Amino acid sequence: MKPLALSMVLSGLLLASGARAADADHVRASHAWIRVLPGALPAGAYVTLENDSDRPVALRGAGSTVYAEVMLHQSSRAGGMSRMTMVDALNVPAHGKAELAPAGYHLMLMQPKVTVKPGDTVTLTLQFGDGSTLTTDFVARPANALDAGDEHTDHAMPAMDHGAMPHGH
Amino acid sequence: MKPRHRLHLALLLLLLAAGLLLGGCHRGEPLPFRLTNISGHMPDLDFKLTDDNGKAVTGADYRGKVALLYFGYTHCPDVCPLTLAQLHVVMQRLGPLADDARILFVSVDPARDTPAIMHGYVNAFDKRAVGLVGDARSVEALSKRYRSAFTREPSSADGTYEVSHSSAIYVFDRDGRARVLATPSASQDDLVHDLHLLLATGATP
Repeated sequence: MKPLALSMVLSGLLLASGARAADADHVRASHAWIRVLPGALPAGAYVTLENDSDRPVALRGAGSTVYAEVMLHQSSRAGGMSRMTMVDALNVPAHGKAELAPAGYHLMLMQPKVTVKPGDTVTLTLQFGDGSTLTTDFVARPANALDAGDEHTDHAMPAMDHGAMPHGH
Repeated sequence: MKPRHRLHLALLLLLLAAGLLLGGCHRGEPLPFRLTNISGHMPDLDFKLTDDNGKAVTGADYRGKVALLYFGYTHCPDVCPLTLAQLHVVMQRLGPLADDARILFVSVDPARDTPAIMHGYVNAFDKRAVGLVGDARSVEALSKRYRSAFTREPSSADGTYEVSHSSAIYVFDRDGRARVLATPSASQDDLVHDLHLLLATGATP
């Protein structure tokens, strides 16, 4: 077999066998933060996920060394009632984004092994549909915070904290 | 316009303003609320619960204050903290006036929420927030009183469970009368506006 043909076959095999980049390689995480509640109460974690690939990517959950259990949840309101339900996955559309934000999708962090205080950084490992993972730093914010606190870093306003910037890959 | 006319106009405006102020102080006078007006449609603030300092309290203990009643529970990591954080912002916007207002956060999860847990929880949001707990029957009585509801979802294997609960905020005037209802998605400006009206009404001398 000629070298060119061989390489074509090989690349074909690579494509067919899913050697395409892993889900996590196509996802960028930003505005990652945790709302810290007193004591050992469960906390909500929020993050914006952007997918730069041509196909949707599914966030399945997350792992943490700080919290014993992490669950992907969705808050919803219907008929004046608020409720929280567990969800299996959150779809991040192709060339689109998905936001985990208050009153919507969030990661519920349970049973902290150490006390997490506002200002701390907590690393969560985001898990995607193909098994790939993305390690992301979440900044711990006070209970009465409304967002990541980094919304103005792009503007002229002095930034109070830069802790929410995620790691690269 | 001649100076004399201007003076007349100013006087007229002053009289009008005074009239409006007097009208605002008058009991029963409709206030121009922006949120859903529930005056006369919901019962007065009345309950027998325990506050986050472990003290037995009733609705009458909050007479003289404008009360914001909200049902939730501490094992609620998303919507309850968001609502309380938004109420904190509203209180901040009211400035010193907010000292005459109280956020009453009633736990619908009496099995897990002790006064001590509630104390740490509410104070993480606002120093004018009060955590209220009670036995299941008292809490149910209060929630039924405001046609609010909550349900406990089936427990999972490890004993954890989820609670769905009413998301409304009921606002009472200084006399304990139900006045407006705010949904969590209500505009903060509207809530600040209506609280200004209520805080300017029937102020304790």
